[in-house]
Amino acid sequence: MTLPIIRLSGLDKFYGEFQALSQINLDIKTGEFFSLLGPSGCGKTTLLRAIAGFETLSSGSLQIDGLSMEGVPANKRPTNMVFQSYAIFPHMSVAENVAYGLKARKLPKVEIKARVAEAIDMVGLQGFDERASHALSGGQRQRVALARALVLKPRVLLLDEPLSALDKKLREQMQSELRRLQRAVGITFVLVTHDQEEALTMSDRIAVMFDGKIAQVASPQILYGKPSTRKVAAFIGMMNFLDAKVLAASGDNVEVEVQSLGKLTLSLEQATGGLNGCDSVGVRPEMLTILTGSQTSEREIEAEVTEVSYYGDMTYYDVKFPSKEDPITVTMRNTAGREVLEVGAKARVGWSTSSLLLLK
Amino acid sequence: MVGFQKWRRSESAQGLFLISPTLCFALLLLAVPLVMVAALSFWTQDYLTLDRTFTTANYVTAWTEPMYQYLMARSLKISIFVTVATVFLAYPVAYFISFHVAPKRKAMWIFLITIPFWTSYLMRIFLWKVILGYNGVVNGSLMGLGVIEQPLSFILYNQNAVVLTLAHAWVPFAILPIFVALERVDRSLIEAAEDLGDSRLRRFLRVTLPLSMPGVIAATIIVFIPTIGDYVTPRLVGGPNGLMISNMIELQFKKANNAPLGAALAISAMGIVTFFALVFLWMNRKYVRGPS
Ligand SMILES: Nc1ncnc2c1ncn2[C@@H]1O[C@H](COP(=O)(O)OP(=O)(O)OP(=O)(O)O)[C@@H](O)[C@H]1O
Ligand SMILES: [Mg+2]
Repeated sequence: MTLPIIRLSGLDKFYGEFQALSQINLDIKTGEFFSLLGPSGCGKTTLLRAIAGFETLSSGSLQIDGLSMEGVPANKRPTNMVFQSYAIFPHMSVAENVAYGLKARKLPKVEIKARVAEAIDMVGLQGFDERASHALSGGQRQRVALARALVLKPRVLLLDEPLSALDKKLREQMQSELRRLQRAVGITFVLVTHDQEEALTMSDRIAVMFDGKIAQVASPQILYGKPSTRKVAAFIGMMNFLDAKVLAASGDNVEVEVQSLGKLTLSLEQATGGLNGCDSVGVRPEMLTILTGSQTSEREIEAEVTEVSYYGDMTYYDVKFPSKEDPITVTMRNTAGREVLEVGAKARVGWSTSSLLLLK
Repeated sequence: MVGFQKWRRSESAQGLFLISPTLCFALLLLAVPLVMVAALSFWTQDYLTLDRTFTTANYVTAWTEPMYQYLMARSLKISIFVTVATVFLAYPVAYFISFHVAPKRKAMWIFLITIPFWTSYLMRIFLWKVILGYNGVVNGSLMGLGVIEQPLSFILYNQNAVVLTLAHAWVPFAILPIFVALERVDRSLIEAAEDLGDSRLRRFLRVTLPLSMPGVIAATIIVFIPTIGDYVTPRLVGGPNGLMISNMIELQFKKANNAPLGAALAISAMGIVTFFALVFLWMNRKYVRGPS
């Protein structure tokens, strides 16, 4: 077990009366691509800036590479940041921007020149060295910001929503490029994002934050497949919820009474956040199927289609279960020969007990 | 005729109508007198009459006579000193207001800086006379404390007094453009500089200062151009050694009864000022780049 590159323990941050971060405990492993994910205003930027050294902690401790960062100013920390606005120096060319930190370290000119050229190559900006920084596109500025930070070979690279200003296509391209870059340089990346898809596709691990607290830290698969609370489940992807009541628990089995579905026996593992206080059952839309013809499933329930949204490759159905008011979403892949149902049609919805999660 | 009708409704015509009162005012009070002075500088004063034959003799005198050269050089020197002193005094104040005053207090600070304008400039000059005079506040205090036995004479009626008085008068004008330029410096750039390893001083020198240069240059122009032609201040606190070119121009127009020479001196001074202003503007081009 290697030492975590970043260790946060009991971290609190107050702005006056307002608590922006509360009791953050988090280990970030060396070399991983880590994401901080959460809705707007949950404290992601505050946490990142605290790591970078731009916010003083109200209490708790922060260690980078095993060293306490208390009293260490941002310019002395082994971290570098890619700012949300990129913060490219407008009075400098691309090469001067990239060389900025190397000059601050007073390295010899030859070395600076070589490393700047290498960094500019790495982010694919060959030939842009002398370009004035105001004459760059959003994607190019983002690359300059990346090169400027990576050229210093920091222990940790902090990225504050670096892709949010880009259009969808460029964003997707930059996502895979960032991932490739991270693998190539082997530097720990800490990425702030409010885009769950971005976090899922890019990260090794994700911390989900709400209201200044960390709700869950896990790999993308676990976060999606086994969210620990209803709130996390609703934030990551789509999830249907049904009211549920725990009747009894014995050994590895939990007996629950679920709205529309009746009495069921689930395994204790399906209560991902512990059994205490569980009051709902969640099921992902793609875990449900609309059965056609002679198809069967482990369990079936009669439902009525109330809404159909056709997306080409997929169809999203809203269906109404008996004795449940708000609809349940079912997504179906439009494979060859599958008919798209119409609003008002009766449908047999197939499901299985193993795809349910018991949540609080 | 149709063309004229069309032009009348165009945007440029409307713009012209909008500025026409100002334009008339400027033409009447600025351009016309200027043309008259320029014309005058090519004529000759013949006791009470003007000889209107074209001559460049006045300019030859203005540029070759040692006394005029000397006065011009002194005026330049004084206004360079004033400008440097003013900008050096104004920058820290502007920096303090922009970076260390809470956002909601900034307007109040800027307002406080304009307070000196509530009294007339002449009053402020006389105040400096009271402060710096032979029996003034400074000498009185220093003698009272026993620091000096004789009143200091080098503090009034010389060039130092002119520089001091002018700098004090112009500092507020210099603070404003520098403040505006500093306000426009994106704070995340300074954080980026810190993040990249620069200490407080280094990031000031590499980011804040260059990005606020447009304000510094604006302040330089605002202070330099009017001070070179100032004549009230040297007249009142300058003494015989503090006189500047504009005092000489005044002298030529009035007592010496040689308006054409005065006009030639004035136009020459204007040319020199224009030259310096263009240099400053050219310097500014380096800093004012496209939108960031
Ligand atoms: N300087 C400050 N003074 C007071 N409150 C602040 C300050 N900075 C941030 N906050 C508050 O702290 C909370 C967290 O802010 P933060 O910028 O970390 O959010 P975020 O998760 O990055 O949101 P977003 O996704 O919108 O960027 C917000 O409610 C914000 O209003
Ligand atoms: Mg943020």
